[in-house]
Amino acid sequence: MAQILAPTSQWQMKITKSSTTASPMTAKMWGSLVLKQNKKGPARSSTKFRVLATKAEGYTINRLEGLLNLDLTPFTDRIIAEYIWIGGSGVDVRSKSRTISKPVEDPSELPKWNYDGSSTGQAPGEDSEVILYPQAIFKDPFRGGNNILVICDAYTPQGEPIPTNKRARAAEIFKNKKVIDEVPWYGIEQEYTLLQTDVKWPLGWPVGGYPGPQGPYYCGAGADKSFGRDISDAHYKACLYAGINISGTNGEVMPGQWEYQVGPSVGIEAGDHIWASRYILERITEQAGVVLTLDPKPIEGDWNGAGCHTNYSTKSMREEGGFEVIKKAILNLSLRHGEHISAYGEGNERRLTGKHETASINTFSWGVANRGCSIRVGRETEKQGKGYLEDRRPASNMDPYIVTSLLAETTLLWEPTLEAEALAAQKLALNV
Amino acid sequence: MSLVSDLINLDLSDSTKKIIAEYIWIGGSGMDIRSKARTLPGPVSDPSKLPKWNYDGSSTNQAPGEDSEVILYPQAIFKDPFRRGNNILVICDTYTPAGEPIPTNKRAAAAKIFSHPDVVAEVTWYGIEQEYTLLQKDVNWPLGWPVGGFPGPQGPYYCAAGADKAFGRDIVDAHYKACLYAGINISGINGEVMPGQWEFQVGPSVGISAGDEVWAARYILERITEIAGVVLSFDPKPIQGDWNGAGAHTNYSTKSMREDGGYEVIKKAINKLGLRHKEHIAAYGEGNERRLTGRHETADINTFKWGVANRGASIRVGRDTEKAGKGYFEDRRPASNMDPYVVTSMIAETTLLLKA
Repeated sequence: MAQILAPTSQWQMKITKSSTTASPMTAKMWGSLVLKQNKKGPARSSTKFRVLATKAEGYTINRLEGLLNLDLTPFTDRIIAEYIWIGGSGVDVRSKSRTISKPVEDPSELPKWNYDGSSTGQAPGEDSEVILYPQAIFKDPFRGGNNILVICDAYTPQGEPIPTNKRARAAEIFKNKKVIDEVPWYGIEQEYTLLQTDVKWPLGWPVGGYPGPQGPYYCGAGADKSFGRDISDAHYKACLYAGINISGTNGEVMPGQWEYQVGPSVGIEAGDHIWASRYILERITEQAGVVLTLDPKPIEGDWNGAGCHTNYSTKSMREEGGFEVIKKAILNLSLRHGEHISAYGEGNERRLTGKHETASINTFSWGVANRGCSIRVGRETEKQGKGYLEDRRPASNMDPYIVTSLLAETTLLWEPTLEAEALAAQKLALNV
Repeated sequence: MSLVSDLINLDLSDSTKKIIAEYIWIGGSGMDIRSKARTLPGPVSDPSKLPKWNYDGSSTNQAPGEDSEVILYPQAIFKDPFRRGNNILVICDTYTPAGEPIPTNKRAAAAKIFSHPDVVAEVTWYGIEQEYTLLQKDVNWPLGWPVGGFPGPQGPYYCAAGADKAFGRDIVDAHYKACLYAGINISGINGEVMPGQWEFQVGPSVGISAGDEVWAARYILERITEIAGVVLSFDPKPIQGDWNGAGAHTNYSTKSMREDGGYEVIKKAINKLGLRHKEHIAAYGEGNERRLTGRHETADINTFKWGVANRGASIRVGRDTEKAGKGYFEDRRPASNMDPYVVTSMIAETTLLLKA
């Protein structure tokens, strides 16, 4: 729901890769930030945090913290690399670590690896090896030092992307010259819901009942309005430390629901950064003893769903006369509504009802400042005659590789027939 | 309470040159790890410079009460991740006062095999994948499982993150750094298929050091779970039913296997192992018959078979190795409670010292 800061024409975009110039969080800083919760007294209402598995008594907890936060750099050059990939469901994030002999800067310096695909629904037991290709590096906010997180994608031993590998196809689209020339920018607004463990009922909600109706919770503060801020805040700093392009965060309309935004990112980076941020969020909720869900409609009834609005612009949209380019892009998107919707996340039909700030799943609509539309264009963009558009259709469990590359493909590489275009222009009242 | 933690973490190097050495040995069951500490006058990096010591073998089922002294010979040194500074952990093996290895000392026989010129020449490498299960104290039920019940079926847990999928990561991560600090050749970790089960890998290590490093890593893991208040189990099949067991897959290669034409050497070696299947199985860990059922990514205990990328085989050869024509193979039979001295030396013996 938040507005991505749209750069004005004077901005020079800085693409922040995994920052090597940022001073790393010292082990002590990180330790005090993340592990503080196990020193809290009795929790407030139903938001109990506990550090799982370190239920030791009193002072002995220090010895485990000491090891977790140990800075190894005085003792060895070796680093730990956490290889991260997407499992068989398309939304489950998996990872395992390995020791690398010395710090690395570029993914090409890292070895390929493999994992047991038969345990993730991605290969049969008699031929179980799936190969991991390192694609992006981020600093590891949990281990500190020179340790890293590595976003990978998955291939057969023969070198073919396995069916659930959506990054490979997206990378091809983003290598197309037409797409490269247009420098596509993405700002993704990832919403998510926190649930109490065991009961799987939203955090802060009374078990067996419901909180007061929506209204007070959006961007609210207070023990009766905001549930789980520690997770959102810890996640924000962890992502900044890691070198992820996180641009903001806010509490959402439904209590126990939050949002963070990643961007502006160019091309394939958007997907890498979102997946890395989702992994970090899963790790933080694990430590907090709270369950993360990316379900697009966690609670039926008069409660908001969770989306992944994707803000998008190309070079032409950002320059003088860009508003016309935006309208042409919207035209193209309207003619491929079905294809996009089927790729925008499982279960989205429970969320895109036409109520709760969504457009109905079967209708394509657009409007300026209209949150009930499929595509929203900001007032700023309309006024300046250039800027960006917001696709509000993607669900919170969408795959960012698919969504970002499909937007680029439909608006830059695909052309409708002239008749179809004319018909659509009339229907949407778009003078293009 | 802060006074106690200040004392535990006290850095002694400013006040004295003395160091603390924790002598570690294996007890009477073959799986219980014991240790006690002593003060030494100054830092030591060579095991041969450490004094021999002794302990009460009648308290560990390794000697009778009337003649209870068992002698400890220091064999390998690691940095102590709990005491830090110049303090050390010392892996030892056990002898009678007359200088004979006691029956539970498996290292001595392994050392003999690893000093045989044929074995030395082939530079045997080992990569050991140690699996283990974490249990809640008192109830001895796996960590993260509801007491009196079961979690959802296997599927979501392998390499996963999230409070409903990964239980005990703090232990695993603390163990990883502690082992790197100690100088153990730990090469990776991952969450396993059964919830509450984890794995770490040690290697590649040459010859006898594989066993020393795995035992040191096991000791450090036992100490860390002690701190965390969680029980460590190396049982190969902790929960009956549709739940994975715990193994200690042992990856192995020799110089000839790693060079061009190595794939033929590998196939010959696998053949030799097939001829001694029963002897190996008998030495690969107590209770393994509950784990090697032919299901849950194992081969049945009475069957010997091998295959490329096949996790249901006794021996698995990686696709990399097949493609390159050289490399290594994985013996998937050892249970998590195997003795690495026994397994590593037996594989070397069968593949290098016995005539077909």
